[in-house]
Amino acid sequence: MEAQEVQKNMSNDLSTHSAEVKRRMSKRLKKRQAAEKRFQFYGMAAIFTGMMFLVILFTTIISKGWPAFLQTSIQLNVNLAPEIVDPTGERNVDKLMQANYTKIARTALYAELGGKPKNRKTRKLMYKLLSRGVDVQIRDVVVADPSLIGKTVPIWLYAHGNVDALLKGAIDRNTENSSRLVKDQQLEWIDKLVASGKMVKQFNWGLFTHPASSQPETAGLGVALIGTFFMVIIVLLLAIPIGVAAALYLEEFAPKNRVTDIIEVNINNLAAVPSIVFGLLGLAVFINFMGLPRSGSIVGGLVLALMTLPTIIIATRAALRAVSPSIREGAYGVGASKMQTIFHHILPLAFPGIMTGTIIGIVQAVGETAPLLMIGMVAFVQDFPTTPMEPATALPVQIYMWATSAERGFVERTAGATMVLLAGLFVLNAAAVYLRRKYERKW
Amino acid sequence: MVATHIVESEAPMLDKKLDVNDQDANNLAEAETTNVDPAKKSTKITSEDIDVYYGEKQALFGINLDILENSVTSLIGPSGCGKSTYLRCINRMNDVIDICRVSGTIKIDGNDIYDPALDVVELRARIGMVFQKPNPFPKSIYDNIAYGPRIHGLTESKDELDELVESSLVKAGLWKEVKDRLAGPGTGLSGGQQQRLCIARAIATKPEVILMDEPCSALDPIATATIEELIDELRQNYTIVIVTHSMQQAARVSQRTAFFHLGKVIEEGETTQIFTNPQNEKTQDYITGRFG
Repeated sequence: MEAQEVQKNMSNDLSTHSAEVKRRMSKRLKKRQAAEKRFQFYGMAAIFTGMMFLVILFTTIISKGWPAFLQTSIQLNVNLAPEIVDPTGERNVDKLMQANYTKIARTALYAELGGKPKNRKTRKLMYKLLSRGVDVQIRDVVVADPSLIGKTVPIWLYAHGNVDALLKGAIDRNTENSSRLVKDQQLEWIDKLVASGKMVKQFNWGLFTHPASSQPETAGLGVALIGTFFMVIIVLLLAIPIGVAAALYLEEFAPKNRVTDIIEVNINNLAAVPSIVFGLLGLAVFINFMGLPRSGSIVGGLVLALMTLPTIIIATRAALRAVSPSIREGAYGVGASKMQTIFHHILPLAFPGIMTGTIIGIVQAVGETAPLLMIGMVAFVQDFPTTPMEPATALPVQIYMWATSAERGFVERTAGATMVLLAGLFVLNAAAVYLRRKYERKW
Repeated sequence: MVATHIVESEAPMLDKKLDVNDQDANNLAEAETTNVDPAKKSTKITSEDIDVYYGEKQALFGINLDILENSVTSLIGPSGCGKSTYLRCINRMNDVIDICRVSGTIKIDGNDIYDPALDVVELRARIGMVFQKPNPFPKSIYDNIAYGPRIHGLTESKDELDELVESSLVKAGLWKEVKDRLAGPGTGLSGGQQQRLCIARAIATKPEVILMDEPCSALDPIATATIEELIDELRQNYTIVIVTHSMQQAARVSQRTAFFHLGKVIEEGETTQIFTNPQNEKTQDYITGRFG
């Protein structure tokens, strides 16, 4: 009993660096090292999971979206017969616009495939190989160069969406003829055209230039790109000056009191307001009260500018605060006024931070859909807007609209448009990184 | 943003002024009769009853301190005793601190620097400041020096500015080291060079007074020695007030020393006298390293 007590006392003797001390410390050390390893593992697991989802997302989008950048076209020798195109011979553009180009296209196709079928049903099957938008394609060629009238010119015309889907493998040849969108007879013609090199998948420039359309092969992002461009310009012009000025005032000039505290809290709150609320505000104030045109990108730009403001203000204030106070003191020390200190020293040093915050804000705004739905930018717009007052759509809204269409061609276009949007956002982000690197305090 | 300068009620102020005048007269009379002081230098800066508050907390309590022209005055004392706070009152650097309030009068050549009619920007051009950590602007060496003269419009031509930059760098003892890389970054210099660049920057606005807030605390001994030599040279043309934690430095560079403790001036006088024969027990304790 006593011996045990002595033993215990001895083992509790921590006054010197005894074996017992070493043992306990190494035990604790092992625990600590294990904890650190575990923590690192959690971090890596989190990053890995994130990366995995990112990879899955990109693979699905790209695998679904890449066919959208290709479009099946048929090369036909189109005879621009004057009696159809311009029966009066006045070369009047308005008249030229109204000619029956569909007939010309069909005639050319019949000629290519060995004559006009007698059977009306067969004829229909044949001209169904062409997109319904081919008349516009021929019209554009004629209007661009009326001297072609009377000549026979080779023109690439869009194939029908179903033909396109077949060539891209979206329609299975082995399906029963009755339940297949492309019939056996059409398959024969298609094979013939492909064999002769008259039917080819080309890069789909139309995806970027065409306006809205009910046929996937003639639908494009043209109007959406212009709308998004206008909105970005409006956001840049409004949100940056107002946001930076507000941040400068709040950070440098405003007295610190209850009012500025409330303003600060509310700016932070605004940054967290759901974007659809900004859309409601835009609807109520800009459209109903101020009478700005519905669907116009001006309203979209204003709403997105409002939405971006808090982000820019917060980022700018953080950037201003991050400038070393010693620079401020140095400037005051040589007798610079407050304005001079801010504009000669603080702002240039805060510039990279401001730019980064601003671009992140704009990237956010560019990808925003909800507020634009509220102000009517979700519309079928076929005329290219030339001013922000005219109706337009935006990239994310166009994606949303295409996503609700059933045709195979729209499914791939949805993914394709998403790729375009993502690419745009990547470019903006890269610009942010570049600007930060470039203007970051080099010395 | 601007610190409130508490203007006391009229009557007592007038009284005080009278008092001061009387005192000055007395001092003058004394000086004339017992003219044994070898440093016959005139007073550049007078401080009367300086109180400084940071919010509720009072940092300085009735500081009265005279600083002589063309001499180095060092302010010593333990951390948090108010030396830097006092230093920053002289060029109204405390104005930029929201919660800071200053009362009392500081006069430079007899002019109240807290006079509302006085432009603080002009004041700070007349009173250069060098900070604890070298803080050159992230610009070229040339632009660092030229910045002050430019914003004050001191020079009228490029040649004049070039000359001023050169003379400032020469005075700061940096010319030889940097004359070939004036376009290079100011922050690319070594710590000691950066601090001399900051001194040159301060000199460039043609100040009368240079305030230095622990200018050597971030420097190695060799750079410190260079700066100390420089301070000794600058004394010929400028009135220098230096805050330092190094007793040796105070003894080496300054002619007069003021010992601060808990927001008050405990003792001030000739440096030799303070260090060899301090009158106050606390001063004695501090300089012998018993506290602080």
